[in-house]
Amino acid sequence: MEIDPFIFRLSIFILSIFVGYYVVWSVTPSLHTPLMSVTNAISSVIIVGAIIAALAGASENIFETSSIFGFLAIILAAVNIFGGFLVTQRMLQMYKKKKK
Amino acid sequence: MSANLLALFYLISGILFILALRGLSSPETSRRGNYFGIAGMAISIIVTFLAAGNFGTGFIYVLIMLVVGGSIGAFIAFKIPMTAMPELVAGFHSLVGLAAVFVAISAFLNPEAFNLGVVGKIKLASLIEMSLGAAIGAITFSGSIIAFLKLRGIMSGAPITFKGQHLINLILGLAIILLIFYLCKSQLSSVFWSVVLISFLVGVLLIIPIGGADMPVVISMLNSYSGWAAAGIGFTLENTALIITGALVGSSGAILSYIMCKGMNRSFFNVILGGWGATDQATNSTTQEQKPVKNGNADDAAFLMKNASSVIIVPGYGMAVAQAQHALREMVDALKKNGVKVSYAIHPVAGRMPGHMNVLLAEANVPYDEVFELEEINNDFANCDVAYVIGANDVTNPVAKSDPQSPIYGMPVLDVEKSKSVLFVKRSLSPGYAGIDNDLFYRDNTLMLFADAKKMTEEIVKSL
Repeated sequence: MEIDPFIFRLSIFILSIFVGYYVVWSVTPSLHTPLMSVTNAISSVIIVGAIIAALAGASENIFETSSIFGFLAIILAAVNIFGGFLVTQRMLQMYKKKKK
Repeated sequence: MSANLLALFYLISGILFILALRGLSSPETSRRGNYFGIAGMAISIIVTFLAAGNFGTGFIYVLIMLVVGGSIGAFIAFKIPMTAMPELVAGFHSLVGLAAVFVAISAFLNPEAFNLGVVGKIKLASLIEMSLGAAIGAITFSGSIIAFLKLRGIMSGAPITFKGQHLINLILGLAIILLIFYLCKSQLSSVFWSVVLISFLVGVLLIIPIGGADMPVVISMLNSYSGWAAAGIGFTLENTALIITGALVGSSGAILSYIMCKGMNRSFFNVILGGWGATDQATNSTTQEQKPVKNGNADDAAFLMKNASSVIIVPGYGMAVAQAQHALREMVDALKKNGVKVSYAIHPVAGRMPGHMNVLLAEANVPYDEVFELEEINNDFANCDVAYVIGANDVTNPVAKSDPQSPIYGMPVLDVEKSKSVLFVKRSLSPGYAGIDNDLFYRDNTLMLFADAKKMTEEIVKSL
């Protein structure tokens, strides 16, 4: 009997939920805002799907409907990736310890 | 590049994303964590290009889109004032949601590109995954847009409720599920588009009944949704990085929603079903009677604090609105010069998003080891001379501990009334978001400072 690859992906998914659960509980409450902006940035890894969609069209016809949606998704995800990581960095830079 | 090697690289990205979140367990490690996240993202994008192996015209266009989007993102990231973080995060969530919808649409229109079968004969599992991804993405998009408009003040923060609201949501939710079933049987593109359109509508209807001060829960919830949408697309594309990230973000948002709900002692459904505050406000304004309050000015406040040995500052959303964090920091500096011990007490739901107050204080150069969470500092109020409440209200209301009839009964509150004296900076005696009167205003040890938070704090600095 062969195991459906879907089951493997489902296993990864469920284990990641557990990893996420424990990792996020260990985040200090004072960094909850950076947590939101960074999770927002990393969820834009959806850009890989957008790139595949955009490059799927044959080179003579790159602007099929499906690739146009891909291109649009690339713009949206790129705004998020750069915006998300940079604003997180900007915030984290402000957290300083007491000078002694 | 072989599919196996590609999958391994995506796994590495996924692990780097886990490390990025892990870094946030303390401010010292957080910056390194952010670099891990950036590295993970770079690896994902580069290997996707290499795997596509198509460096023709299409590749140039992709790069152009990346640069366009990236510059817009970078521009926003550098320009945005810290007080606008809640609406920025809501706006970013909407982009993730819409990107998920777009990717799902292109997978539906051109399934061959993703190895999902051919148009009209898409694999059943992929069809379910992509329609779920599209539906959740669409809800995230329109819901986040509403949250953004409310936070930005373009739309009123007041809950919008109407009769049969929950019934309509329920029917629309069921309709989405039935349509997905029908889509699996028929493969009709019109059904797919209907799923997307109804989901956009559900997103709007889901967020409009939720009031402004419940936004911390809404933002966390939308954060979670954007994760589940990404995971749905991750299953469709059989991409490990996306599945891992989706699960991480989904659980992160869920945990934050839970923490926020606990901070208000309300169930998640109570918040989501909305409409709180709107009804209470009406009944309370009529029953409100005139009670004597002690009214003070900046000089009184300066005198009290200068002669105190310890002061605890309780900031709230009003501080963010008045942009008073810098003035506050100046006041604390002046107090410290006088040998006063100062610390800050943050309620979990202070502000409009989780950690909102901490970021603003960090922006004003307040060291993070002077800032404490509710459980850490609540016992210290009993030994403190002055509590300086700036822009907070409901989170200090002792009625939450004493009156089982009160709508906020059971909500964890900061015990400011236990300190020797309380300075309350507020523009008027009006009740807070919960629509209930704060008993604290009328106590003997409370001095009300009626003014704008920033102006009052600046005046206190002057008289110090």
